Amino acid sequence: MAVVFDRPHALVDIPMHYCPGCTHGIAHRLVAEALDELGIEGKTVGISSVGCSYNNYFYFNCDMIQAPHGRAPAVATGVKRSLPDNIVFTYQGDGDLAAIGTAEIVHAAARGENITVIFINNTIYGMTSGQMAPTTLLSQVTTTTPYGRDPKEHGFPIRVCEMLATLSGPAYIERVSLHDIKHIKKAKEAVKKAFKVQIAGKGFSLVEMLSTCPTNWGMTPLEALDRIKNEMLEYYPLGVYAGKDLEV
Amino acid sequence: MGEKLLMKGNEVIAEAAIRAGCRHYFGYPITPQTEIAHYMAKKMPKVGGVFLQAESEVAAINMVYGAASAGKRVMTSSSSPGISLKQEGISYASGAQLPAVVVNIMRGGPGLGGIQPSQSDYFQATKGGGHGDYRMIVLAPSSVQEMYELTVDAFNLADTYRMLAMILGDGILGQMMEVVNFRDEEPIVQADKSWATTGHGMKREHNVITSIHLDPAVLEQWNKGLQEKYRVIAEKEQRYELYRCEDAEIIIVAYGSVARIAKNVIKVAEEEGIKVGLLRPITLWPFPTKAFEQVIDKPRAFLTVEMSSGQMLEDVMLAVGGRKPVYFTGRMGGMIPQVDDIMAKIREIRAN
Ligand code: SF4
Repeated sequence: MAVVFDRPHALVDIPMHYCPGCTHGIAHRLVAEALDELGIEGKTVGISSVGCSYNNYFYFNCDMIQAPHGRAPAVATGVKRSLPDNIVFTYQGDGDLAAIGTAEIVHAAARGENITVIFINNTIYGMTSGQMAPTTLLSQVTTTTPYGRDPKEHGFPIRVCEMLATLSGPAYIERVSLHDIKHIKKAKEAVKKAFKVQIAGKGFSLVEMLSTCPTNWGMTPLEALDRIKNEMLEYYPLGVYAGKDLEV
Repeated sequence: MGEKLLMKGNEVIAEAAIRAGCRHYFGYPITPQTEIAHYMAKKMPKVGGVFLQAESEVAAINMVYGAASAGKRVMTSSSSPGISLKQEGISYASGAQLPAVVVNIMRGGPGLGGIQPSQSDYFQATKGGGHGDYRMIVLAPSSVQEMYELTVDAFNLADTYRMLAMILGDGILGQMMEVVNFRDEEPIVQADKSWATTGHGMKREHNVITSIHLDPAVLEQWNKGLQEKYRVIAEKEQRYELYRCEDAEIIIVAYGSVARIAKNVIKVAEEEGIKVGLLRPITLWPFPTKAFEQVIDKPRAFLTVEMSSGQMLEDVMLAVGGRKPVYFTGRMGGMIPQVDDIMAKIREIRAN
């Protein structure tokens, strides 16, 4: 019987620990499919960060390194500068990448470091139970903004793609969303393109994925998907921010 | 015969690293060790290596974490405030059992302190400046020649035991010029690095490098493994120099550049008819307790001299274990203990 749908080889066959309805699982699958389809699992080194995805080294079948909070781009730099022919990616959440790891991501991007960054933006700290993230939307209620994010008190959410696109280093930056099949398909293309950019030696690539956190948003999985569409897309427009005309 | 060159301490560390097979260096500028980075920036491209000026000390140590994970010989260097910033990465690398060399050319603290030589990072280096139950092998050179030899040894020890090794020097040693006799070939330990994350090539299970173990029973086992390794090192790797201790009435305990001053004290004391010896720890961790056992019966007292408020002093007291009196004299903030100060202390001890 022909197999029409299977687990990607780059994904280990064990249950994931993510909450029901969390789109981390989809993001993992997209990365794993890209590794499979590009035939690069064997030469890929992935960097896990700190947050809900801290232990995704259990899930990805390629060699994996767990990095300190926010430091994944620096660790990835060390690996890539040691093994320039290997493929190196980081998988980071918004607290990790856009708060504690801001210096590392900005400078990896500015150097045009030839790595791929998968950036999960769910506007909240998941693992530590729902605190304000640098990407938390205005008025959004979190455990550390119980009256809603007030710009006078808490400042404004950071748009990472737009910010990094002001640099000359990045070769390819795109923001995608995981809220429906159509967008997941586009996300898949973006992930694949990001890895292709690295394979071609073009430099820094980053894919930001608008993702859900039903648990800490206090929503059902379906409501959470709707929240991406109805609330996040407006502040975080999808599209290519660097490397629009880049052919790989 | 190898080359004989007149070189600055900091540059010798960089040269030694390259000779030891280090092809990856990540650093951030800070006085008084920046010559290491300058040397690496010039030399690494010529030997096909990588010099990268990181955006911060934090990033530099994490780049080290990445290169070490990839199985490469890698080094970073800094001075006291910068080493404080690296403590997070030092703890993680220790937890993940990654081999690498970290150089600290100490300056006065706390805080931004000053840029003059100091030994006030002894606690940080030997007791764990970062979080968790970990150790680094800490080597304390006392001459430019030793900066060369101990740097090569640091890479070998790091690879042998899969852990961090630190070269703990001070601003005097870093800036000082002396003749170095280089070997033609370095004794390089080829350690097994099958654990490294280099891509599995679809030929083996994936390798994982991590320091997190959420199950406390697992984390305890992991820690027990580390402690067992440290126990072996404490047994096998203690290094020290005993100088004129045979019939010494007072034995000075000093390391690094202070040990050089102590040797001058020994000469001056001799002229006064006082027999003084020197016990010089070369490994600060493991602390050379065996050296104390060799000489414990001889002197009437030990005198610890440091460029700090008395940090190694605590290890000296533990090693002596109350069997002899232990005295201390030292200077802080970048001030250097003078022969006269130490002689005054010796006379005071004798008058007691
Ligand atoms: S806490 Fe949120 S982000 Fe983390 S696994 Fe659960 S739903 Fe996903």
